[in-house]
Amino acid sequence: MTQLALVIDLNVCVGCHACVTSCKEWNTSGWAGPLTDQRPYDADPTGVFFNRVQTYEAGVFPNTETYHFPKSCLHCEDPPCVPVCPTGASYKREDNGVVLVDYDKCIGCKYCSWACPYGVREFDEQQKVMKKCTLCIDRITDMSLPESERKPACVLACPTRARIYGDIHDPDSDVSVAIREQGGYPLQPEWGTKPSNHYLPRRKTRIQIHEDELVRVDNPLKKEELPTLPEAGETLDDVAW
Amino acid sequence: MHPAFSVIFLTTLIGVGQGLFLALYTGQLYALANLLPAQSSNFYAVGSMVSLVLLFAGLIASFFHLGHPERAWRAATQWRTSWLSREVLALPAAMGLIFLYGTVHFFDLTKPLFVISGTLPVDFSLIIGGLGTLAVFGLFLCTAMIYASLRFIKAWYSPLTVANFLFLGIGSGFMLAAAFSAYQGTSLVSFYGTWAVIATLFGLLTRVATLYRNSQFRCKVDLKSAVGVHHSQLEQKAQGFMGGSFNTREFFHGRSHGLLNLIRYAFLLMVFAVPVILILLAYALESETLPLLAFGIQYLGLILERYHFFTEAQHPQNLYYQSMA
Ligand code: SF4
Ligand code: SF4
Repeated sequence: MTQLALVIDLNVCVGCHACVTSCKEWNTSGWAGPLTDQRPYDADPTGVFFNRVQTYEAGVFPNTETYHFPKSCLHCEDPPCVPVCPTGASYKREDNGVVLVDYDKCIGCKYCSWACPYGVREFDEQQKVMKKCTLCIDRITDMSLPESERKPACVLACPTRARIYGDIHDPDSDVSVAIREQGGYPLQPEWGTKPSNHYLPRRKTRIQIHEDELVRVDNPLKKEELPTLPEAGETLDDVAW
Repeated sequence: MHPAFSVIFLTTLIGVGQGLFLALYTGQLYALANLLPAQSSNFYAVGSMVSLVLLFAGLIASFFHLGHPERAWRAATQWRTSWLSREVLALPAAMGLIFLYGTVHFFDLTKPLFVISGTLPVDFSLIIGGLGTLAVFGLFLCTAMIYASLRFIKAWYSPLTVANFLFLGIGSGFMLAAAFSAYQGTSLVSFYGTWAVIATLFGLLTRVATLYRNSQFRCKVDLKSAVGVHHSQLEQKAQGFMGGSFNTREFFHGRSHGLLNLIRYAFLLMVFAVPVILILLAYALESETLPLLAFGIQYLGLILERYHFFTEAQHPQNLYYQSMA
């Protein structure tokens, strides 16, 4: 079984919103569109987005860390939003695990949005149906595209490569390796929804380097600057092996 | 959650309608057992009519909640998994049976079909009424489970939710039955009034228990788990947009604490205290109008109660919309 998903690396996301705009652009003009807006150029603009980037701050000034946190449908393996739908408009694809809404069946009762704990389904006030991230289903299944472009628009747009896309059920895929080796975690795991999208935490790579590891004590070129060596004959460094 | 008036009217109106039908059928059963005087067929027919009108009004209200009411029939398809779908089936089933029940009484098709052990004459109305009672209880269950099955919304995720819908529906329905029989000048006022008071008091018990429960619990998840950053000082700085979104409109009630407190006291008075006192007064004064007043006040109280029910619910998605810098 395939379960397509995104892995989002919070260590490198810079919060540029490139994924947000490319998502909106692709999906408003594609199969899932339009993603309508109300009052886009007025006070209090609002509209449908599949993907939003929020910002959080941990710590107390000046010792703070900023987290840019992209949030979209996590394509849960056990999605609570699907069984509650009275019409069958919400469904999970058997072949690749993507959770979708059939806009032609949706009656706009909003019940699915109540049943999703992540708040990633958005009601379209103009088309009166429920919308959500499709993982760019029309791109990733389009065999006329070259393999390198068969990816969600957000993944292709991300300038820092903070978004990795692949099959989390294939243990050798990029996403599985990243989750396994970089400490990937799901959101709100308490509910047992088994989100497919994972996040990679902040990681700091530091090595301990001591002063004497950088400076060769008996460097002949720096003989004057260095304390004179005790007369102990040759050191290990002087031996030609 | 943001309280939607379409759903408030749907749940309160069908609750009264279902309760009224149960009251009529209970009256018929008591009359059958010679515990109450038998009523004219007109009483049952008009009563069923009123119940049907209430259920129909609830159905109409529910359509205002939908983005695409013309596709509503599709909502009947997923009854295997969705309580909402089950409600969509149970509501017309109950309405159909109540309609049949009223029709059978209206046309006096109440000749006994057969007699059980020489004492219990069984006619059409008894059988249809029995099936109707099942459908009505099923409908109560479905309506309540729409809310009680959402495990993320802890304020609703409890058998108390089912008990509240049941007792408040039956209480208000019997209250209306008391008002209706007072209006028709039948002798059933005190019978219905007594049961209305009993159901209302049970409702008081479960509703207050719910309020207490909801004032105690904490959500299972917090911001740390929602974002996955397990830092003791974690604060939101941006929501990803400057204007509003579906997420900030649908899941927040936006009402002040003071107003909600006021609504809570108001519904506790109007649903429970005042109607019970009025019914007791009506009994003492043998008044014909007080039961009607009791029902009217209780119904207005129920609207406030349902409003409060929605504002009580804290959705976990709200964790992502706590502040903007
Ligand atoms: S994140 Fe929400 S909308 Fe997406 S599959 Fe999970 S429960 Fe459904
Ligand atoms: S809003 Fe549409 S997709 Fe969601 S539960 Fe209702 S019918 Fe299903």
